[in-house]
Amino acid sequence: MLLAFIIGIGFGFVLESNGFSSSRRLAGMFYGYDATVLKVFFTAAIVGAVGLLFLSLFGQIDLNYIYINPTFLYSAIGGGVIMGVGFILGGYCPGTSFCAAAIGKLDAMAFIGGIVIGIILFTEGFPLWEEFFYAKNLGAPIMSDIVGTSRGVFTLGLIIVALAMFWVGEWAEKRFARKDYKLNQKEIKL
Amino acid sequence: MTEKKYMNPYAGGVLLGLVLIVAFWVSGRGLGASGAVKSAIVSGVKTVAPGHVENTAYYKDYMETHPKPMYSWLVFEMMGVLVGGFLSGAIAGRLKFKVEKGPNVTNKTRLIFAVIGGVFFGFGSQLGRGCTSGSALTGMSVLSVGGFVTMAGIFGTAFALAYFARKLWL
Repeated sequence: MLLAFIIGIGFGFVLESNGFSSSRRLAGMFYGYDATVLKVFFTAAIVGAVGLLFLSLFGQIDLNYIYINPTFLYSAIGGGVIMGVGFILGGYCPGTSFCAAAIGKLDAMAFIGGIVIGIILFTEGFPLWEEFFYAKNLGAPIMSDIVGTSRGVFTLGLIIVALAMFWVGEWAEKRFARKDYKLNQKEIKL
Repeated sequence: MTEKKYMNPYAGGVLLGLVLIVAFWVSGRGLGASGAVKSAIVSGVKTVAPGHVENTAYYKDYMETHPKPMYSWLVFEMMGVLVGGFLSGAIAGRLKFKVEKGPNVTNKTRLIFAVIGGVFFGFGSQLGRGCTSGSALTGMSVLSVGGFVTMAGIFGTAFALAYFARKLWL
């Protein structure tokens, strides 16, 4: 548990230093003026995926034992859509809201209050959506199986897609920049 | 005090990915967030209304598999997130009580929508079995189909609705 705490500290620290504690920055993703979410998220996902591949290559972890979240198709889509509404209206997701609340953002605290209400609604009304929740259990498929390639090849494809998205993101930030909003980030000098 | 700049996002992504890898290496699971709130709620309900827990199937099942809900990986992780976020904010001089919002809405409107957004997110995270941290970020790293699907759902919907919510942010 102590490890969980320490990892959490790392998580929160990184999130905050990248500005994920700012709802305007997070929302900016969807208007083009701030593609930080895109850059951080996809970089982290591919670093994570590649890292896992390397760890398994060196026998440090067994990829068969890694928890892969199961796919219940309907609720994965439904939950995703509902969360999307929450994201654009509230400007946060659970992890970032904790981070923002930690530095005093009152809107983040309001968001967390909302999360609590939302979860209670879900659990209290569970029988109503129980069937939907358990529908279409596909087990725990991974993308590379569906596409028909190996994990490594898929990860390579993912990297290429991510690079393309970064390029689009950089373009969007310039194209949709707003006068009253500073990106306030360190740039890479290439 | 002038605000220090945020880290370069690509560097930040690398760091976040490293945190993710460590999490997997240490525990076999990645990161997450919404589950911690759920644990807290179940504990809270149990403390305040134990009879209700017994009568409601969802709580009862959860308690059977999680006899000590607060003593869970996610709860400790989220407590760490609070500390980590605070440290980073403190170092960079960003600690301040404020309401963050777009320039064209009032604080009150923003706060109301923050709560509404939270309600949707809380509900959706339970339905989707995870939020952006657990389902999307971690899910994508393990190449889980569910992760990608949920991720697409979240971002796709947010993009689609962005136009209607623009008054909040722009």
